Amino acid sequence: MGLLSDPVRRRALARLVLRLNAPLWALPVAWLERTMRSVGLEVYTQSFSRKLPFPDETRERYMVAGTNVYGILRAPRAASTESLVLTVPCGPDSANSQAVGLLLALAAHFRGQIYWAKDIIFLVTEQDLLGTEAWLEAYHDTNVTGMQSSPLQGRAGAIQAALALELSSDVVTSLDVAVEGLNGQLPNLDLLNLFQTFCQKGGLLCTLQGKLQPQDWTSVDGPLQGLQTLLLMTLQQASGRPHGAHGLFLRYRVEALTIRGINSFRQYKYDLVAVGKALEGMFRKLNHLLERLHQSFFFYVLPALSRFVSIGLYMPAAGFLLLVLGLKALELWMQLHEAGAGPQEAGGASGPGPPLPPAQSVGLASLVAPLLISQAMGLALYVLPVLGQHVATQHFPVAEAEAVVLTLLAIYAAGLALPHSTHRVMSAQAPDRGWMALKLVALIYLALQLACVALTNFSLGFLLAATMVPAAALTHPCGPRPLYAALLVLTSPAATLLGCLFLWRELQEAPLSLAEGWQLFLAALAQGVLDHHTYGALLFPLLALGLYPCWLLFWNVLFWK
Amino acid sequence: MVASCFLRKCLTALAGLLLLSFGSLAASQIEDQTEQFFRSGHTNNWAVLVCTSRFWFNYRHVANTLSVYRSVKRLGIPDSHIVLMLADDMACNPRNPKPATVFSHKNMELNVYGDDVEVDYRSYEVTVENFLRVLTGRIPPSTPRSKRLLSDDRSNILIYMTGHGGNGFLKFQDSEEITNIELADAFEQMWQKRRYNELLFIIDTCQGASMYERFYSPNIMALASSQVGEDSLSHQPDPAIGVHLMDRYTFYVLEFLEEINPASQTNMNDLFQVCPKSLCVSTPGHRTDLFQRDPKNVLITDFFGSVRKVEITTETIRLQPDLGNMESRNQS
Repeated sequence: MGLLSDPVRRRALARLVLRLNAPLWALPVAWLERTMRSVGLEVYTQSFSRKLPFPDETRERYMVAGTNVYGILRAPRAASTESLVLTVPCGPDSANSQAVGLLLALAAHFRGQIYWAKDIIFLVTEQDLLGTEAWLEAYHDTNVTGMQSSPLQGRAGAIQAALALELSSDVVTSLDVAVEGLNGQLPNLDLLNLFQTFCQKGGLLCTLQGKLQPQDWTSVDGPLQGLQTLLLMTLQQASGRPHGAHGLFLRYRVEALTIRGINSFRQYKYDLVAVGKALEGMFRKLNHLLERLHQSFFFYVLPALSRFVSIGLYMPAAGFLLLVLGLKALELWMQLHEAGAGPQEAGGASGPGPPLPPAQSVGLASLVAPLLISQAMGLALYVLPVLGQHVATQHFPVAEAEAVVLTLLAIYAAGLALPHSTHRVMSAQAPDRGWMALKLVALIYLALQLACVALTNFSLGFLLAATMVPAAALTHPCGPRPLYAALLVLTSPAATLLGCLFLWRELQEAPLSLAEGWQLFLAALAQGVLDHHTYGALLFPLLALGLYPCWLLFWNVLFWK
Repeated sequence: MVASCFLRKCLTALAGLLLLSFGSLAASQIEDQTEQFFRSGHTNNWAVLVCTSRFWFNYRHVANTLSVYRSVKRLGIPDSHIVLMLADDMACNPRNPKPATVFSHKNMELNVYGDDVEVDYRSYEVTVENFLRVLTGRIPPSTPRSKRLLSDDRSNILIYMTGHGGNGFLKFQDSEEITNIELADAFEQMWQKRRYNELLFIIDTCQGASMYERFYSPNIMALASSQVGEDSLSHQPDPAIGVHLMDRYTFYVLEFLEEINPASQTNMNDLFQVCPKSLCVSTPGHRTDLFQRDPKNVLITDFFGSVRKVEITTETIRLQPDLGNMESRNQS
């Protein structure tokens, strides 16, 4: 008597197997094509497929395949040189069907107007952002992320701006806007101002980071709420994830926003006509433009929808933090030279001594080994988890995603044991001042990296600077070693990530317990590696190949014998 | 007998005196009429109308210029004597929901584009260099006749400019500027080359009065829509077209000009009163110190129209050369 002898069980198993082979949810491609064609658009489809580096536990997918459907509304009297995009990302966990309905209604309405000077592309993508990435790569004829996609049959000119729409239901109590994109890129502030203007005109309730706009800026409440919104934006921008389909458009210098309709427990509800009017107004205004949006800021942080902090105001803060590192490096340089000058004078006074003090030449050699080893650890941290996942699953009873994350953590922790191994590699002649040279090099390395990061993704640069600079400056082999070790571990990149997760959920008023936080941390690690392979997000390689080796150098300095 | 002879002589003398006085009265009337004929020293009219801004949301600047073009054409200046410079095409813009029209009012009563508009400098040809070349006449020999300002020393020229401006400058096409000093020097070049008899300069931009502060050539009268430090405001937005249709100052100037016909005797003082602060929000300004005639003697049609002076008379008139005027011209 086996499993398959019982006909009932046999049927249940057959149904289960059938279910697993067929996708749980698929875009109704044929229906969409027919409907768009009946509205009067030029309709095209694009298929794409991709095998993820390891299965995505949160979205339960591994071999991803899908079809994007898009319709082009041609401008009646213009030359089809420019276009605007309205995109609705659909996926198994968020079908976004209300947004598709609104998209089709808007397409029908726009088709009846004669004042369009740019083509409008109505894009429905499958598999969320993977579909959007496939479409964008095919549209701009590049292949950045290794996606296999069929080439596009129809194009509409250079994309000037894009709006992504996500609706959960057909009534909406507020509209939330997301600006942070891939690798912390932001759209031009004018696009956000446009959205805010139409919110005010239409009397819609609009939120940023899920928080309402503070009304009272004179008392403490307004600025405090603004600070919370600003911290949330900093954390989101630092993570470097595309928080919506708009984040992928920004890489091609297409200004884009994601508008989410939230249905929560509020008294006043808006129907889709109000949302549609706001979108129509935004598209008409974008239609009026002759040039790309370039007059307003590209680098800013937002305490509220109607307020911003520009780069000229916030950059000095990061500059001062990095100045600390520079000054510390200068101090070490001067100490090294004084110490180097001392024995030289003594040698000269006593007699014709060696032209170079032996300490300096040994110093250089003793620097190369820690640098190479920590960089090798960083490389291992970057390459090994994904490469070695199959080996890990063979030997341990874990899934691939868990294997990747656990390998990451294991290599990270192994780095802590480094000083003991590097000291065995190097000769016992490591002089007392060798640590100063190493710390000098590490300080300059850290300063350069953080400066480069702060220029492109200010939030990430500032966050890392705020945590790593004090620990790096204070590290000293003499002194209370356990205290400094604890400080250094608490400000390491991984601990910073953990802390940021807790802070992020705290600010969103959904605080985490320790166990939940740890689970979220593991999930975030897996997502970070996946984002890097699927969208080209740079947080994982930056931390693994840049900041982790730098942090290891400081760890070496701390445990110098 | 002697008394009747004396009486007859007296009567003839009286009759002779009366005839002489009537004759002299008639002669002075003829002289007055001929004085009127040469009241203003110009024999032809030109207009240079410039709109300096592009982009669809600067629709109102093109509408401003076209309203003045329409008035000027209606009052008699032919297209061959108008240099019309429009930096962007609004009527045939793909964003225009009413193609081939440019409206001045949201009731869409008046299509200022019309059926027979002739644009001489269009789109990217409207640059500071081209504008100054038109004014001073330093034009390459291949330029067609319609793009030239072929004025002489008896031409009255109307120059109307609109766009975005600031304190001392006017922006051309979002990429370059003309300053008030350059403009004043260009007018001085025109004066020295005898390219105008009298010049009326009207400007409708923000801080427009700053543009005429530096003029130093004679026979120039200037009007501006706002003083230094003030913005010129637009009139009304139109929800169907989606933009503001006209600027306030030119809207009220157009309203004023619609009342003028080629025979009207309205003078410049009435033009100075157009658009008080209550309607315009900004304070229009004017400058007449360089102008030789009194503004109340200057007709609107002296600049905005091309009124051919025809006087029919059966008397013989002896014309005396105006030595005083000629000497002043030779000296300056």
